[in-house]
Amino acid sequence: MPWLSYQKALNRALGDEMARDPAVFVLGEDVRVAVSNVTAGLLKRFGPDRVLDTPLSEQAFTGFATGAALLGRRPVIEFQIPALLYLAFEQIVNQAHKFSLMTGGQARVPVTYLVPGSGSKTGWAGQHSDHPYALFAHAGVKTVVPATPEDAYGLLVTAIRDDDPVVVFAPAAALGVRVDVDFDALAPVPLGVGRVHRHGEDVTVVAVGHLVHDALAVAEELAGEVSVEVFDPRTAYPFDWDGLAASVARTGRLVVVDDSNRMCGLAAEVLATAAERFDLLAPPVRVTRPDGAVVPFALALDHAVQPDRMQLTAAIQKVLKH
Amino acid sequence: MAGLTAVRPAPDTDIGLYRTVRLIRRFEERAVELVRSGDIVGGIHPYTGQEAVAAGVCAALRGDDMITSTHRGHGHVLAKGADPARVLAELTGRATGLNRGRGGSMHAADFGLGILGANAIVGANGAITAGAAWAAMQEGRDQVAVSFFGDGAVNQGVLLEAMNLAALWRLPVLFVCENNGYATTLTVADAVAGTITGRGAAFGMPSVAVDGMDPRTVLGVAREAVDRARAGGGPSLVECLTYRFDAHHTWEHKARVRYRDDEEVHSGRQRDPVVIQGARLTAAERELVDAEVESTVDAAVAFALESPHPDPVGALDHLYATGMRARPGGGG
Ligand SMILES: Cc1ncc(C[n+]2csc(CCOP(=O)(O)OP(=O)(O)O)c2C)c(N)n1
Ligand SMILES: [Mg+2]
Repeated sequence: MPWLSYQKALNRALGDEMARDPAVFVLGEDVRVAVSNVTAGLLKRFGPDRVLDTPLSEQAFTGFATGAALLGRRPVIEFQIPALLYLAFEQIVNQAHKFSLMTGGQARVPVTYLVPGSGSKTGWAGQHSDHPYALFAHAGVKTVVPATPEDAYGLLVTAIRDDDPVVVFAPAAALGVRVDVDFDALAPVPLGVGRVHRHGEDVTVVAVGHLVHDALAVAEELAGEVSVEVFDPRTAYPFDWDGLAASVARTGRLVVVDDSNRMCGLAAEVLATAAERFDLLAPPVRVTRPDGAVVPFALALDHAVQPDRMQLTAAIQKVLKH
Repeated sequence: MAGLTAVRPAPDTDIGLYRTVRLIRRFEERAVELVRSGDIVGGIHPYTGQEAVAAGVCAALRGDDMITSTHRGHGHVLAKGADPARVLAELTGRATGLNRGRGGSMHAADFGLGILGANAIVGANGAITAGAAWAAMQEGRDQVAVSFFGDGAVNQGVLLEAMNLAALWRLPVLFVCENNGYATTLTVADAVAGTITGRGAAFGMPSVAVDGMDPRTVLGVAREAVDRARAGGGPSLVECLTYRFDAHHTWEHKARVRYRDDEEVHSGRQRDPVVIQGARLTAAERELVDAEVESTVDAAVAFALESPHPDPVGALDHLYATGMRARPGGGG
């Protein structure tokens, strides 16, 4: 079977959806030349009317996408840097997201906001290294953080077809992941449905995005002493609470590893819901970025604020002590 | 003029323009009363005094043309043809409102009439308008999209970015700035470096300032810009010099903010679009239109106040176009 990289999966999803539905188009900075590679080949296949290079006007082109979507188009905006979402926060959260309710259901805004290379790219410092999926989940904007190439494909396809705005975070640390897959087996992945990557009996580790791969590595390392289940929500919002409940019902223990800041991050919500809903044998533990982290430049400092395998191992050991 | 009430005058005729400005005026006056009586909560930003802009611009549009509007949007929405009864039902938060009571005064929308929503964030609608205009153009339709905004919006980056996009891609957009001299209490002199038309000119688009108190003048200039846009000539900016007769927002009626003295307000009210346009009709024509408008507004008030309130069970209906439900906030 052929190898599919995460990046190629995004590219393939875009190409497939553009071929399937003439309403789909891509816009963003340097997308014609495909600086991020995600839009490679699309200009040639679909022409300049469906692959729009925009000026560096994030607010305007994000609002522009809303307007086009109101008329039935399905724009996919590529953001070069995760922090550019802050510039367009108004246009996404306060405009696109609110149109359906505020118009009493008259409007649909099917825009996809794609961030290839979210989180730390290592060495890109404070303004290029954020991973703000929890912000959008908090605001109620559908938000996905695929961990694997096949999920990147399936979730991007679903995001494009969804009638609501969807933010797609493609973590920088996952872009290089490759899998051996049958391309014909690639399929849409529904929003809000998690995936158990590894079954286990002693503890459920909820891992988000690229951290799924760290969780799987740790689970393998610890395999002799503890049976770890790795649960990947895939969608930060809507979250698969029932899927997680089923996993925790089997294991009774919960650890969350999440690339959000600790305060009001995704892990915070998982722990809060666990406290309300789940019977746990031990207090849950989360591994996150620190409160209000600004990612510092030097490599050792950058790594120091990222959730890592040692912390995850320690967290698993901690919940097992009870 | 027999049969006037049965056959609506074309909006771009003198009598049609008069009907529109008169309708907006009376609608706004009644809405202010409904704010005072507590039937409209949250208050409104009255459009009184600026009616010529909405009437003139919308008279230059086709039914399938599109508009986006602002916090001061009732006039635009009415001039584009929205049913006054359903607009008023929206203002009073009723289930029969344009937005089913989910939008209120600042968000009135009627997609069937090309009203892509009033918007409460100053300057935000320009980019949305550009996107809608682009989408229509891509589909080979010759629709034009109008973005109404105030003088306060001309210092918003997103609007200037949107003007650049519209000019760059020759989009069929008309940017209509209603310069009423104030952004809340801040004067244009204290807020705008350079000029408003200079902002449009900087992007290479035709940009003119016009008397925004005369519906006929506005119509003439708007028609030229709309025709150019429709023919593929790209966007234009029209700055309409106007004056807001009433408060920025009805909270001001009870507040003690003072930023315009009585003399200024008095002289600002001297040129009244309803009077200016009314003078072009005979007394008999005016009487007929006034009577028809009065009964339309009476019926709108009655419809609104008799309409049911929305059921709180559905408070978050339509949050997602897909029908996805959010987790409830209450305990348990
Ligand atoms: C971006 C933004 N900033 C501030 C406000 C609060 N606000 C509402 S209306 C207004 C003044 C707007 O002035 P202008 O654009 O001239 O329109 P006008 O009220 O005169 O019709 C302000 C400051 C807002 N709604 N949006
Ligand atoms: Mg103003």
